[in-house]
Order: sequence, then C-alpha cells, then structure tokens
Amino acid sequence: MENTITNPTAEKTEDKKPIKKMMLILSKATIDNVYACFILANGARMEGIESEIFFTFFGLEAIQKKKLEHLHVATVGNPGMHIPTLLGGLPGMEALATKMMKSEMEKLDIPPVGEFLEILAASGTKLWACKLAMDMFHIEKEHLIDDLDGVLTVGDFYTRAQGDNTQLMFI
Amino acid sequence: MVVEKIYGEVCVTCNEQGYLTDLNQWTKDIGLEIAKEEGIEMTDKHWEVIDYLRDQCKKQVPLSIRKIGKSGVVSIKEFYQLFPKGPLKISSRIAGIPKPVSCI
Repeated sequence: MENTITNPTAEKTEDKKPIKKMMLILSKATIDNVYACFILANGARMEGIESEIFFTFFGLEAIQKKKLEHLHVATVGNPGMHIPTLLGGLPGMEALATKMMKSEMEKLDIPPVGEFLEILAASGTKLWACKLAMDMFHIEKEHLIDDLDGVLTVGDFYTRAQGDNTQLMFI
Repeated sequence: MVVEKIYGEVCVTCNEQGYLTDLNQWTKDIGLEIAKEEGIEMTDKHWEVIDYLRDQCKKQVPLSIRKIGKSGVVSIKEFYQLFPKGPLKISSRIAGIPKPVSCI
C-alpha cells in the first residue's frame, strides 16, 4: 500500500462493491439469536448500510410487546453453555443463565430487547412481521410493537431485497 | 500506519482510514474540510454533536450510539439524519477523534 491517500473513504468503492443492504430473517426467540440479529442490523446501519429484519416463526416473540423482555437463553441442547443436559433442564436454570447473560451485556452497553428495537427503528432499520407465522401462532398486529413497519409475506420480503449488493441472512 | 494529510495549509497525521491520530491537531477548519470529503454540509446542530464527541473523548468515555442517544444532545434518529452514511464513524472522523470500536 502506498503511503499517501487522497481520499481515505474512496478505497472501498474502487473495485470492491460494498454491501448496500442487509436483509435479516430472524426465526428464533433465544436471546443469543435475537441479539446476534439486532447487532448485525444495527451494525449495518452504523456503516451506512440499509437493513431490514423479517421476524418469522419464533422470531416473532422478539417483537411481541408482552414477550420481548422475557426471552431466554437455551440451557438445554446448547453445547456452548457447557451445562450437562440434565442440569440445564432443572427449574430456574434458564432464568439464571439468562440473568447472568443480561448483566454481562449491560456492562458492555448492550441495551435490553425493547430499547434495542427502539434504537433499530430510530436508525432506519425496517422491521417486518411474517404473515404466515402470525396466522399460525394466532398473533394479531396489536400484540406487536408499535415501531413495526408492517406485515409481509415471504414474497413481499424478497421483493424488498431487490437490487445490487443485497445480502440475505437467516438466523 | 500513519499518513500525513494536508487540510487547507495545515499538515496533520491520520491513520489509514483517515482518522486524525492526534486530537490536539484538530481545528474547526480541519473538521470542515473532513466534512466536505464526507459530503456533509455542517450546520450548528452538526457542530453541537462534534463538540459533544470531542468532550467525551477528552474525558475518555467510550462512545456508542446508545450513549449519544441518551446524552440529550441529539436523538438517535436525528443523529442518523445528520450523518446518514454512518453517524458514529463519520462524526468521529470530523471531530478528529479515533474511530469508536463500539458495535452499538
């Protein structure tokens, strides 16, 4: 690399094509998946990249007013937790592990789910609920957060993904 | 890697991403030149944010969008409107402070 740069921000655009839009699909309600999705969406906006989230199946829990602050980390069937399956299934284990994880996240200035959704909405991230999953779980629109941008079918979501340099990601 | 850059008639040192490496080399004119490179037309509100960022940096407070949103200086929505192509990274560059490492 040469020692001088005329326009430091131009190097990205020369022959590499930067990502323009991130389309994230959140299908799970465990707190680690929800945060991974939110951080990716928010991180994109912070870099000037558009981002949208499609909440489907259990991912809908993350945008239900009554449920979004009560998401848990999975202590059973999650080898990353290093808790024996039998112990992980004991009453209170999930709550305890979740509490510990939330306190660690707060130390890192990572907001709770509700506040994070507000930050995402303010940053311009589009938040969509999946129509089919809503019908399946008998969820009405009024159960969902006020910042929701709308209810879409998968076809609608793909239409929104049109354009060069859009990336889709399933979480 | 440190490179030298000339803004107006002043020579400053930057890292390879164009962030000033010395907070004290910064002047408002340099900020204005960097803003031009980023395609930002500075208003009073922009400068208010820049002043806040510099102040926080001098106090060695790590910056994040969440903290800025709670600062009372600017809401998160306004912050994105002021610096649409990446509020924290672009405003930090204009403010002559290091690029924040926060993901939030």
